[in-house]
Amino acid sequence: MNAPLGSLDRPNSYIGRSVARPNAKRLLAGRGRYVTDLALPRMLHAAFLRSPYAHARIVAIDAEAARAMPGVRLVATGADLATLCTPWVGTLDHFTGMKSAPQLPLPLEEVLWAGQAVVAVVADTRAQAEDAVEAILVEFEDLPPVADIDIARESGADRAALAVEDNLCFRSRLDTGGIEAIFAGATHVVEEEFHFGRHTAVTLEPRAILADWDASEGKLTVHHATQTPYQFQDLYSRHYGIPEASVRVIAPDIGGSFGMKLHVYHEDMAVIGLALLCRRPVKYVADRMESFVSDIHARDHRVRARMAVDGDGSILAMDVDDVTAIGAFSAYPRTSAVEGNQVIRLMGAPYGFRNYRAELAVVFQNKVQTSQYRAVGHPIACAVTERLVDMAATRAGLDPVAMRAKNLIPDEAYPCASPTGYRFEALSHQASLARLKALMDYDGLRAEQAALRACGVHRGIGLAAFVEISNPSPAFYGIGGARISAQDGATLSITPSGEVRCLISVTEQGQGTETIIGQIVADQLGVVREKVRVITGDTETTPHGGATWACRGAGIGGETALQAARRLRDNVLALAAAILQARPGELDLRDGIVVDALSGAERVSLAEVARIAYFRSDTLPPDASAQLSITHHYAPQGYPFAFTNGIQGCHVELDVDTGLVKILKHWVVEDCGRIINPLLVDEQVRGGVVQGLGAAFFEECRYDAGGQLTNGSLADYLVPMAGEMPDIVVGHIETPTADTVLGAKGCGEAGTAAAAAAALNAVNDAMVPFGASIAQIPMTPARLLKSLGKI
Amino acid sequence: MKARAFDYIRPATVAEALAAFAEAEGDASYIAGGQSLIPALALRLQAPARLIDIGHIAALRGIAVEDGWLRLGALTRHVEAHDHPLIAVHAPLLALAAPYVAHPAIRNRGTLGGSVALADPASEFPAMMLAMAAEIEIVGAEGTRRVPADAFFQDLYQTALEPGELLAALHIPVARPEQRCAFDEIARRRGDYALVGCGIRLTMPRDRVEEAHIAFLAVGPTPMRAPAAEAALIGARLDAEAIRRAQAALARDLDPPEDGEVPPAMRLHLARVLLGRLLGRLQDQIAEAA
Repeated sequence: MNAPLGSLDRPNSYIGRSVARPNAKRLLAGRGRYVTDLALPRMLHAAFLRSPYAHARIVAIDAEAARAMPGVRLVATGADLATLCTPWVGTLDHFTGMKSAPQLPLPLEEVLWAGQAVVAVVADTRAQAEDAVEAILVEFEDLPPVADIDIARESGADRAALAVEDNLCFRSRLDTGGIEAIFAGATHVVEEEFHFGRHTAVTLEPRAILADWDASEGKLTVHHATQTPYQFQDLYSRHYGIPEASVRVIAPDIGGSFGMKLHVYHEDMAVIGLALLCRRPVKYVADRMESFVSDIHARDHRVRARMAVDGDGSILAMDVDDVTAIGAFSAYPRTSAVEGNQVIRLMGAPYGFRNYRAELAVVFQNKVQTSQYRAVGHPIACAVTERLVDMAATRAGLDPVAMRAKNLIPDEAYPCASPTGYRFEALSHQASLARLKALMDYDGLRAEQAALRACGVHRGIGLAAFVEISNPSPAFYGIGGARISAQDGATLSITPSGEVRCLISVTEQGQGTETIIGQIVADQLGVVREKVRVITGDTETTPHGGATWACRGAGIGGETALQAARRLRDNVLALAAAILQARPGELDLRDGIVVDALSGAERVSLAEVARIAYFRSDTLPPDASAQLSITHHYAPQGYPFAFTNGIQGCHVELDVDTGLVKILKHWVVEDCGRIINPLLVDEQVRGGVVQGLGAAFFEECRYDAGGQLTNGSLADYLVPMAGEMPDIVVGHIETPTADTVLGAKGCGEAGTAAAAAAALNAVNDAMVPFGASIAQIPMTPARLLKSLGKI
Repeated sequence: MKARAFDYIRPATVAEALAAFAEAEGDASYIAGGQSLIPALALRLQAPARLIDIGHIAALRGIAVEDGWLRLGALTRHVEAHDHPLIAVHAPLLALAAPYVAHPAIRNRGTLGGSVALADPASEFPAMMLAMAAEIEIVGAEGTRRVPADAFFQDLYQTALEPGELLAALHIPVARPEQRCAFDEIARRRGDYALVGCGIRLTMPRDRVEEAHIAFLAVGPTPMRAPAAEAALIGARLDAEAIRRAQAALARDLDPPEDGEVPPAMRLHLARVLLGRLLGRLQDQIAEAA
């Protein structure tokens, strides 16, 4: 890695090294402990009757037969749980004018989407609970479903949720002024209407929860497959009226999350109430069919956008109208408006133009609710911007690389701000572009493209520059009244044998959080990494913190670990100095040995220091303080977000007779600041690219006009598979943030942010000889054949 | 979801299996590889009271050549279609199609008899029965009979099998030197159900097509022969003009159903593209041989 380490430059530094994940072998050996693996004594299983209607009134529920079935312990309706759980509303205070219908674990009168849980059954086994669900009779009165975003916004339209007065959840406008005149005077104006399909996370491990209510001491323990245990501790406490300290949320091994596992789900809230009512542990694991109709979906935007460009190809302005359809209410507690908000604020972010206007409408409809999923809003803003940039390049007679070189913010222009109000500390768009051009042999690919076109082989090359939001400060949620922490905490202890335990609030879902935290602690404390044990995901043992989302684990969690390790090192050296009758400043801790800082001569081992501290404190001077455990918190200061940047390239071959696209290769040059573990960064980027290519070509939640999901299975909802994925080449530029010592920014969403945009541009590039174009993802064979005029 | 409770019976002979079915008064299913039935049970789309596992009936096993026919016991697994030397030699279309059937884990369990008996119109092997002019051996209370593939597939998931009858074996006329085969399919992802698939067997004793079998999958309620396209080739040299005529004739053979994701016109278009490519491939093979 190339960023200078500065004060991070320690002997045997672990920061910047491709250290293997210590938990990988355990998971590979089948020793992972996921919620699904847990079995508590007297545990029961929940299953849910789900609404077949997209919108309906509940007229009557007859559960008598179900209650009498073998193994059934409880049948609960909305009314049963409403006495225990207070309603929630998915709005944030800083989204002025936002509205949403209050929600309860199970509905009282109105169902809002096909698949909504209506009645819960708790039984000795899941199969028995499902048997009983089949025996419940619910009489529904069909209400008109809202499934079209234009009809939804007409005055007097049927309402998606009767509790709110119309279908507009939230609207927002940005305007730097004078846009019409700029467009009127521009040499070139390009415009397009874009469609972005709905998709969903499809984690390997589905949602899972196991709630255990101990009435003897009024304590609730929840084993929960979530990214954010502290957030749920707070929510279960407040909505069920249990003191926070009596709620323990444990997130054990988690099989992927991608943002999907930090929202409140009705079934999860219901399971808490079911455990309270049964006074026995109750487990619920969403199966794959249930996941499709109850996990949050994402995207679903229609964007009309135009770009004004002057005669030499300089971008002058963008004008954007985004309509996004969410569910019949806004998700809780992070809302369903953040994606749209980020779409209109990230538009054009890599470019230096100053004039911008945008309008956002967030619309209710009777479908599964949408909310934050990997790279919230980024892929939409990026695809719209980058497609318009390519269209503008064509009009201005510039090659796509030249167009970007001309318009990307110069690397020496920082700090600066976007016309949408984002402040950029230091980015590297120009260096990234130059690096990408060399990495992909851009000129060689163009020459090959021209030669192959003559043989009827149609390849396309697409580029997409991006910025990514990471390390969010309280400006993200805290300011809106949500009790979602932007800070993190770590407790570091030296054990009596001189090993290190690190309890930290950031969590692990498979991306390697624990690995990098272990690297940072080992590096900054001065011990070998194998001696550091990182423990996450338990509100009873780890300090309160924001946990893992929005690419904050490395930047904020990592800085927390760094500062904590330095404090503990100071304590160790102070104690060692007392033992050695030396001055702390003359000593250093390296690989678990206290050494003379100048000569490196070994003085005493950390294990010996710990032995004395724990067992022979009688030998210490009277004023010596043996503080071998410390707790430290860190909250981001300075910039509200640490923006990262990069650029992607995609190379495709289009079969113009079948509409199938072969993705030949994909390149990413990204700048996430300080790289802690290159191996993990590369794999984060690759995984993100795969999800972005999934959106570009495969993944789409398809609905019929009545609001019914028509492809809710893995046979019909196509996730990207290894066979269709190209080699993904990753290059790095490192521009550390100066807001932290560590200098790390996030990297988990960079791949997803721009992969679909690069693919969209590549496919359009391949279609140039046919005068065809496409502005919709996923780019299915049917859509491509239509674009090509073949069907 | 979890399957509803069911009884499980594992007979050792065909007679025991038939008796077990008769005893269940229609509320039973035979199970072999289970690659379609088990998911259907788990989704509670099917919930028979009794499962009769025919996987241990020796008479339903075996791959052998007798009197110009290749006999494949119903329990022959997909992976054997992929790997077995007798199948590669005598039923090359099965070997060509096998790599496109799902994924290795499914091919290790799934059986040819199960696939053909289910008659999923989007599956590869049922369509290949048509392309190879196979005969299906059925055993029931009344004894054993052989039904030509053309008469076996009747409607969506409906075959000549009567309730309680078992598919015992597939009989395939062994491939002759003057026959040429090709298979391919168009799928969005490797291993998926195809948007359209096609197997072709042309009998060309000299340079003209004497007999043509063209069978499509995923274009209608059953696996489909394409008689008009076949007729367009009979007596013709396999040249660009003949291929164009066969492609054009497909409009008379196929009337794909409406499907949200794949409009009928697109399926017909893809069938034409695929037919053209396969016949072109055979044309190239013939040119190379000559």
